[in-house]
Amino acid sequence: MKDSPVANPLAAAPVYSSALVRAWDSDLGWSFRSSPVAIVSATVALLMILATLAAPLIAPQNPFDSATLNLMDGFTRPGESGIGSQRVFPLGSDEQGRDVLSAILFGSRTSLIIGFVSVLFSMGLGVFLGLVAGYIGGHAGVLIMRVADVQLSFPAILVALLVFGVARGLIPPAVQEKMTLLVMIVAIGLSNWAQYARTVRALTLVEKSKDYVAAAQLIGISPIPLMLRHILPNVLGPVLVIATINLALAILEEATLSFLGVGMPLTQPSLGTLIRFGQQFLFSGEWWILFFPATTLVILALAINLLGDWLRDALNPKLQ
Amino acid sequence: MLAYIFRSVVHGVLVMLAVAFIAFSMFRFVGDPVSNMTGQEATLQDRAELRERLGLDQPFPLQFLNYIGSMLQGDFGMSYRQARPVAALLAERLPATLELAILSALLAAIVGVALGVYTATRRDGWLSHLIMSLSLVGVSLPTFLIGIGLIYIFGVQLQWLPFPGRGDVVKLGWWSTGLLTDRGRLALVMPVITLSLFQMTLIMRLVRAEMLEAMRTDYIRFARARGLPESRVQYRHALRNTMIPVVTITGLQFGSVIAFAIVTETVFQWPGLGALFVNAVQYADFPVMATYLMFVALVFVVVNLLTDFVYLALDPRLRGGSRVPK
Amino acid sequence: MKKSTTLASVLLAVAVLATTAEARSIKWARSGDSLTMDPHAQNEGPTATLAHQIYEPLVTRAVNGDLIPTLAVSWRVLPTDATIWEFTLRPNVKFHNGNAFNADDVVFSINRARSAESDYKGLWASVESVTKINDLTVHIKTKGPNPLLIQNATNTFIMDKEWAESNKVVKVQDYKNKEETYAVRNTNGTGAFILVSREGDVRTVLKRNDNYWGKGTVPLEVTEVIYMPIKADATRLASLLAGEVDIVQDVPVQDIPRLKTQQNLRVVEGPENRTIFLGMDVVSSELKGSDATGKNPLANKKVRQAMSIAINRDAIQRVVMRGQSRPTGTIAPPFISGYTKEMGALPKFDVARAKAMLAEAGYPNGFSTTMHCPNDRYVNDEGICQAVVGMLGAAGVKVNLVSHSKSLHFPMIQKNPPETQFYLLGWGVPTYDSDYIFSFLYHTRQGSRGGWNASRYSNAELDKQIQSLAEETDLAKRGASVAAIWKLLQDETIYIPIHDQMIAYGMKNDITVPVHPDNTIWIKNIAVRRP
Repeated sequence: MKDSPVANPLAAAPVYSSALVRAWDSDLGWSFRSSPVAIVSATVALLMILATLAAPLIAPQNPFDSATLNLMDGFTRPGESGIGSQRVFPLGSDEQGRDVLSAILFGSRTSLIIGFVSVLFSMGLGVFLGLVAGYIGGHAGVLIMRVADVQLSFPAILVALLVFGVARGLIPPAVQEKMTLLVMIVAIGLSNWAQYARTVRALTLVEKSKDYVAAAQLIGISPIPLMLRHILPNVLGPVLVIATINLALAILEEATLSFLGVGMPLTQPSLGTLIRFGQQFLFSGEWWILFFPATTLVILALAINLLGDWLRDALNPKLQ
Repeated sequence: MLAYIFRSVVHGVLVMLAVAFIAFSMFRFVGDPVSNMTGQEATLQDRAELRERLGLDQPFPLQFLNYIGSMLQGDFGMSYRQARPVAALLAERLPATLELAILSALLAAIVGVALGVYTATRRDGWLSHLIMSLSLVGVSLPTFLIGIGLIYIFGVQLQWLPFPGRGDVVKLGWWSTGLLTDRGRLALVMPVITLSLFQMTLIMRLVRAEMLEAMRTDYIRFARARGLPESRVQYRHALRNTMIPVVTITGLQFGSVIAFAIVTETVFQWPGLGALFVNAVQYADFPVMATYLMFVALVFVVVNLLTDFVYLALDPRLRGGSRVPK
Repeated sequence: MKKSTTLASVLLAVAVLATTAEARSIKWARSGDSLTMDPHAQNEGPTATLAHQIYEPLVTRAVNGDLIPTLAVSWRVLPTDATIWEFTLRPNVKFHNGNAFNADDVVFSINRARSAESDYKGLWASVESVTKINDLTVHIKTKGPNPLLIQNATNTFIMDKEWAESNKVVKVQDYKNKEETYAVRNTNGTGAFILVSREGDVRTVLKRNDNYWGKGTVPLEVTEVIYMPIKADATRLASLLAGEVDIVQDVPVQDIPRLKTQQNLRVVEGPENRTIFLGMDVVSSELKGSDATGKNPLANKKVRQAMSIAINRDAIQRVVMRGQSRPTGTIAPPFISGYTKEMGALPKFDVARAKAMLAEAGYPNGFSTTMHCPNDRYVNDEGICQAVVGMLGAAGVKVNLVSHSKSLHFPMIQKNPPETQFYLLGWGVPTYDSDYIFSFLYHTRQGSRGGWNASRYSNAELDKQIQSLAEETDLAKRGASVAAIWKLLQDETIYIPIHDQMIAYGMKNDITVPVHPDNTIWIKNIAVRRP
């Protein structure tokens, strides 16, 4: 570990890698290295993320450019080639002749984008409001916590549905389809910020009573820089844990919304849309249209969940 | 203390009004019920007349005020789809959803706590790891896939369990229950399992986390030092103290269960509020949609109020009239 | 005397044995529930189909299109006055509560169906008055001669006047009066089945009417009907596979092959009285949202014809519909009068020619447009639209597809002015006559006509011809007019037809139910095969 007698082979590396080295050598790094589950799930998650980011480059086909589709390719079994275009479909093709593998790559990409950005959104909003409520307090703090409480018991799905409905009214119909991605991010983000706010507020209250904060106040540092530069780093740990868990939840929430029909449309689908579309073929024999997207969703959620579990166990001082 | 109660109630009412307003303003974007209520041969004139009879030609603020006004008098309107009073429809469907939701919550709580305790106390066993992994799968699979899967295995292939619907139901006054007949009980099995899975996983992980933390505390160490048998340490001391946050969170999640029931009810053709809502959305049946959303809002406002009162009873600081140090 | 009594008792015994021996209950599942038991309130599929078991109209349409005398045994236009239809009613018919059926009930029912709150009034718009002549004769006077009025009577149900009066359901639900009317959950009809209980979205139970006037003319073997709506496709199919239901009226096309492999199940397929087609704005000067600024490509006949030949209807039939559709070249279903094989002939699929035609029309690089499509109304509607988008894209027409619920889609078409310029629509013809299509889809939108004509097509000369059809009593002359009108409209390509829809029923193999083009089932006609 830190005071290992063996010389650190990376010690000679240039300065910019010292942060990485420190991370690798830290308690957290050791915990990661010694947990096979964490390593496997991190690798899986990373691979999937990279694959989906590179989707436009590595996908055999762009399934959402309708000019490249050939209807006679429809319902090709996995591994066989389509009647229309003679192209091989490694995971089969769907009703319109779209390559399922490509659809999954693009769909995962959409799912991950929505997941990540909505988590960043809820994290940003929740952390900021939590800091304000904890540090500044007062009436604003009470109001924020009240709204957070209300939202925590209101089902996230319904919040997202309401946001969706309002958005549908405010956005002119012509651009509605293109804006769906943005609306999904806002809807899911808004349905999940409360947990961050609550946690950060509780932690901020604890930090507030510490000496370094008093010292900073004496020097004359104004509230906002104080919150952001001094208190924030100390409350980030638990926030990251919540974020990882919420990432999986956000992806699943998006899948449920798409299943209910209000999510991403078929022209720019997410994994949830693919599953909604594929479930009509459950009994009819074209099992691959549902099976592969569903499996992808499960693996993705599983990997992220496992990472989150490991992170929480590793960062929790009481468990060491 | 009175101020606290009053403030809570006022907050609740404000929340309901806000939900009503947002819900109402969304309706325009669900579609036009008049188009669904008139046949192929209806003329523009016919539709305009129906629109006027339904009061849908009035400006939105007026419609909203009318709705709130009649709601306060107990009149929740007529369903456009079924031409019956919404209140009657809600009363008919409520038992189905409540039975499903309560049984699911119970199953989730019992199994969740049991598994949580097991995986906390036998942290390193292979069974623990298996349960934890399976639970993750349970959380990662969409509810409807689980439902259809169960139907396929137990309904079609094995033919052990009946579906769709509630089986044979017995009416007890205003309530209807499936618990008194064999077929009714069997029909409950698959939907209850489907609905409870997500809850169960969350409770299990929560109990496990809380218990693990509790087991590390000083008072547990002292109890062991005193020589108390391990089981007594685990159950009488550690478990008891983890139940409070578990019960609180489970209670607060009840609203979620009712909302999640929408998907389960659709898959199993369960005649509850969720299925009513889905049908209403498809038909643009505004009175039913509005009333359903108000009902869900009411459920969580009531749950929140009850939680507040429980805190009031437990925390003496709140009773003194001082600022709420939440 | 003795002999006849013995004979009578033997026959009675046999009849009793026959009816009690085959106590067969049928569980009937369909995606949508009946919306109400009031027979005049909602003119839509599941509601009317269930009503056909309990109530009866004057005449019924057989599977092959013939009119079957039901509550009316004969009908004619009076030779002395071309505006009066005379109906002779069936004697000795009783309602379920024992009341006798007579002309008073017919007069009452048709007037109720014509009333402002009824959803069937469009079918009786040409009627001026309905009068009872005697207990078994009714005269219906129309505003001008209407030789085809009988075609409109196949779905209008006859109610019992006394029952309606004593239960205060003389008027159809008007929604202003905030109470539920008695007729929403209670019935009194003349049909083969009696309502036992009604639970909306759960089950509606009917029992056989043993005093049915038609006993002996129809099998009438089913003793109990349990109608169960099951919304989720997979659940409905699973119910049939598990034996929980006897017949599923709407089997999704992709599940048909699987059902056919089941030994104990049977699939019956047949054409439906419904055509699926694309509508376009053929008049406006600008196509909104298109890259062809300041122009409307769809207003150019050549463009429309190019788009029509760019669509591979056979491929859609084979892949999207799994063989369950009949590609067609006209929006008229094949059973209606006025349809000819020439009209139905498919335009030849030719993408290269389509591109050439587009170039000739001034769009060498094609153009872009938005298309609106319902996703919960017709069989595989969303799939059809996506396939069309792909095919039009190959020809250079880039389509931005907006797929949404029918609650949003139909209002776009019905609003005046319409809110869509390119859309998918399906159309059925309950009167089995071309006039119905002309009136709703081609006539200028005014008054009671053109309600579904979102193409904005308006031809005053044509309007006059269409209006004259309603009153033309010389059937040969009328036929010639209809043919001429179709010739003009087919050439104009106002709509791009895709196919005639087909329906498939799945059922246990001890019963056979034919597919009726109106997608109606008459349970009284089901004969149960003995093992």
